[in-house]
Amino acid sequence: MLASPNWTHLAAELSGEAPLDLSAGLSLLLYTGLVVGLVLLLMLLAAKLGHKSTTPAKREPYESGILPSGEARVRGPVPFYLVAVFFIVFDVEAVFIVSWAVVYDRLGWAGFAQMAVFIGVLFLALGYLWKAGALDWGPRAGRKAGGKLPEAGR
Amino acid sequence: MNPLWLGLVLTAVKLVVVLAALLTMAAYMVWVERRLLARMQLRLGPNRVGWFGLLQPLADVIKMLAKEDTVPAQADRWVFLLAPAVTACMALLTFAVVPFGPPLSLFGQEVPMVVSDLNIGVLFFLGLSSLGVYGVALGGWASSSKFALMGAVRGLAQLISYELSMSLALVPVLMLAGSFSLSDIVAAQAEVPFVVYAPVSFAIFLVSILAESRRTPFDLPEAESELVAGYHTEYSGMRFGLYFVGEYINMIVLGALTTVLFLGGWHGPWLPGLAWFLLKVGALAFFFIWVRGTLPRLRYDQVMHLGWKVLLPLALVNLLVTAGILLGVRA
Repeated sequence: MLASPNWTHLAAELSGEAPLDLSAGLSLLLYTGLVVGLVLLLMLLAAKLGHKSTTPAKREPYESGILPSGEARVRGPVPFYLVAVFFIVFDVEAVFIVSWAVVYDRLGWAGFAQMAVFIGVLFLALGYLWKAGALDWGPRAGRKAGGKLPEAGR
Repeated sequence: MNPLWLGLVLTAVKLVVVLAALLTMAAYMVWVERRLLARMQLRLGPNRVGWFGLLQPLADVIKMLAKEDTVPAQADRWVFLLAPAVTACMALLTFAVVPFGPPLSLFGQEVPMVVSDLNIGVLFFLGLSSLGVYGVALGGWASSSKFALMGAVRGLAQLISYELSMSLALVPVLMLAGSFSLSDIVAAQAEVPFVVYAPVSFAIFLVSILAESRRTPFDLPEAESELVAGYHTEYSGMRFGLYFVGEYINMIVLGALTTVLFLGGWHGPWLPGLAWFLLKVGALAFFFIWVRGTLPRLRYDQVMHLGWKVLLPLALVNLLVTAGILLGVRA
């Protein structure tokens, strides 16, 4: 391991950070109450004040004027699920990077080297995804994967 | 009066003023955008209600409250009804950690010009912006309409993709300030704003917040020409209004955050702090509108390409280079 800084010392130093003072917390709580109250009031007014004349045709989902057809909850294309998985992978990494950012000067070059290795590994992962075509959208993805797109997929 | 009570009253008054100012600014941002956009397209824009059309936002609110509140037949009723509140609430709550001026002395008490100076302000902002995604996702899903669902799925993928580069672009700012508190970040920029030290971060952050606020050229979740109105297709009246105004509140709040994180916050010569803050936020809002008047909408694969293949690697390289330079200089 490259680590040389004194971890226990660093932890003690960091725990000395000023705790959240009461007035700031109270202020945030009051503000949250005001915001939520105001938005709920607006929505209540919207429900009560509005003009009402519901007909079955009005309650149909809008599909550019023609009668709605088929299932409304269409299945999403697979790339969207892939994005969700990548997001979780890279967002967890962001947690480590952000927590390193506030103490990077106390960890010095040793911490920097560790972080560089960490980010290097992430780059490898990103490069792999890139090469595998997981980040390609639209027609180009199909061309790269097999050369031909099925007619129905167009 | 008892100092404790005085403090409480001052806080309450401050909160009401902040909220009222924020909502008024958002309402007038709609007016400003419509007028400016009209001028950019050689039109006049709304100019009939009141002097220069200045009462237009008020007329719009009254109109939206009087409209019928429709719920589609197959919709998931309660989720559908409550989803717009999520977007609006998260946008308004984010402003809680933004310092908008130097502390004010009133009746012998120091009133900080920030709703709540959390020591984890940056994390609070990132967390709320993640939660804001739920407004889009739930609203589009609960509508039980194809256009709304497609808009929501697109919005979801776009928002989480750009959130990544947004949070990574903030890392150099955190290094420069050495703190998560936005007040500390502003204090660290008393001499030189961080945009000078971290121009690449500023550029990445600016593009990412354009995508986060779902504005042109990243307005795919509500692309009018293909998805009718995207995730809020089925909404009417004030619930649509909450989505709509939420977008403008978001624009102001994200502009305020950019000001605080990169442009020196309320610091500036000659003018009082609050004036500088409003001026910088106004300039950023003008920039947002200008971009909308200039750029066409991107295609979906281009949006994802820019987020994952350009901004994300750039943000990672940028933060490593910044850390290296800072360590070299400060050692």
